Amino acid sequence: MTQQNSVLLDLSGVGKHFGGLAALSEVSLHIRRGEIYGLIGPNGAGKTTLFNVITGLYQLDAGNFTFDGARYVRCKPHVLAEAGIARTFQNIRLFANMTALENVMVGRHVCSSSGIWGALLRNAAARAEEHAIAERARELLSYVGIDRPHQTLAKHLSYGEQRRLEIARALATDPKLLALDEPAAGMNATETASLKELLQTIRGSGITVLLIEHDVKLVLGLCDRVAVLDYGKKIAEGVPEEVRRNPAVIVAYLGGDAGEAAA
Amino acid sequence: MSILLQQIVNGLVQGSVYALVALGYTMVYGILGLINFAHGEVVMVGAMVALMVVQLLITSALAPVLVLLIALLVAAMACMALGYGIERIAYRPLRNAPRLAPLITAIGMSIVLQNLAMMIWGREYHPFPALLPHSPHLLFGAIINDVQIIIVLVALAVMAGLLLLVHRTRLGRAMRAVAENPGAAMLMGVDVNRVISATFMLGSALAAVAGIMVSVNYGIVHYYMGFMLGLKAFTAAVLGGIGNLRGAMLGGLLLGLIESLGAGYIGDLSGGIFGSNYQDVFAFFVLIAVLVFRPSGLLGERVAERA
Repeated sequence: MTQQNSVLLDLSGVGKHFGGLAALSEVSLHIRRGEIYGLIGPNGAGKTTLFNVITGLYQLDAGNFTFDGARYVRCKPHVLAEAGIARTFQNIRLFANMTALENVMVGRHVCSSSGIWGALLRNAAARAEEHAIAERARELLSYVGIDRPHQTLAKHLSYGEQRRLEIARALATDPKLLALDEPAAGMNATETASLKELLQTIRGSGITVLLIEHDVKLVLGLCDRVAVLDYGKKIAEGVPEEVRRNPAVIVAYLGGDAGEAAA
Repeated sequence: MSILLQQIVNGLVQGSVYALVALGYTMVYGILGLINFAHGEVVMVGAMVALMVVQLLITSALAPVLVLLIALLVAAMACMALGYGIERIAYRPLRNAPRLAPLITAIGMSIVLQNLAMMIWGREYHPFPALLPHSPHLLFGAIINDVQIIIVLVALAVMAGLLLLVHRTRLGRAMRAVAENPGAAMLMGVDVNRVISATFMLGSALAAVAGIMVSVNYGIVHYYMGFMLGLKAFTAAVLGGIGNLRGAMLGGLLLGLIESLGAGYIGDLSGGIFGSNYQDVFAFFVLIAVLVFRPSGLLGERVAERA
């Protein structure tokens, strides 16, 4: 049980600025193993910046970042991917001219070992590994509910399928933490409902989920805990109900006065 | 009729070499969006290193074919190391620089390598010993010798192998992923720098093979041989659609054919004013025509303002 409640991702006093603009300042988050943690906030609040920090795209300027007990300073994205952080993107970033299956197989890259010589010589070990990678990729495609022929090019999938493919590709890295940047953006109600189911299944399989989302209903219905960012600062954190009633959050979302809210 | 066939045979042989070199340009462009103008020099270094190995082993009791294979292996290793070094020294530090900067270092790298080669191996033309049988065969009235047959077959085998590697292996998948979206590939755990290094090394190994083909075919090696060959192969890559592997193969073979047919017939066509020494003009005329009429090349996709 202590393992269940232990902290997986620990950010303390994290800061990131671009020139004079503080995109994140003094942000502290503790994401526990096995929870679905929501991150909400108005546009430009720093949510995606936070994602970029924890996936190694940006180096943080202040504070500490610990994942699964190890501290990460100035790390390349592929190192963090190996450590167990996988993500999807707000604007879909698939390998458009590769097949659905190949997209997922790329995600499997970290879990495979055959180097350039294995690839060139195609020895038995490399072939067996290749086979296993393809097998696992097929499982993941059906796990996220893509039932099209797996040789379909990613760019020919429907929008909802592309979002699911991104999730499958991220899951292929065997992550401990799955970070989703607005997975429901642009989805209709049915697609959102089945996404919600998928995320619950993923959590059920023991993967911690960090979710940036604008669909407040989805966040409140799905997340165990929610943090709210505004102008790069964390202004609230707690269970969804608490956060929704928090006056600071209401001001952040609706503006300081009625005039701003209307705009 | 036999002149036509003879020029086609010559064109295919020359085109096979162009194709192998063009693949090196196109792979690097596909991944980095960069023209590695030092690639022609890698071909030259491959030929030079092979020559050194051959000179060392020629007096031994080894069979000539074996000597050539050892030379090929050593040259490929040397070129892979060189390709890796070029990327580390001249391109990686400029990965995020404006696009003109790596282009300039590429040209600089090319000049540095040429001059180094001149210092090491001298300015003279070195004869490359004939290690393979040269006996001619009659093919529908055209003459093709053993070396030429071997060149075409080896080139085809190498190209098939490369396609398999790129489409069927983990490394190939990583290369395509990096070419499509380096950011996403990185976040999926692909070590982008390693993939880029591997790409340069692969391209350089192909260059070594091409360098030896040229040396064996013409029997001459020279420090400046990579320059024109590199430009022609670059033209071939553009003709096929730069960034596209099949395009480089097709472009190489086509350019070889165009040059060879052009050289064969220009005398007749121009009433004797131009001779076959205008052969090189065809290659660059093709380059200009492609850039004007179909900048994306024969097999290239129209990429909206990638540059």
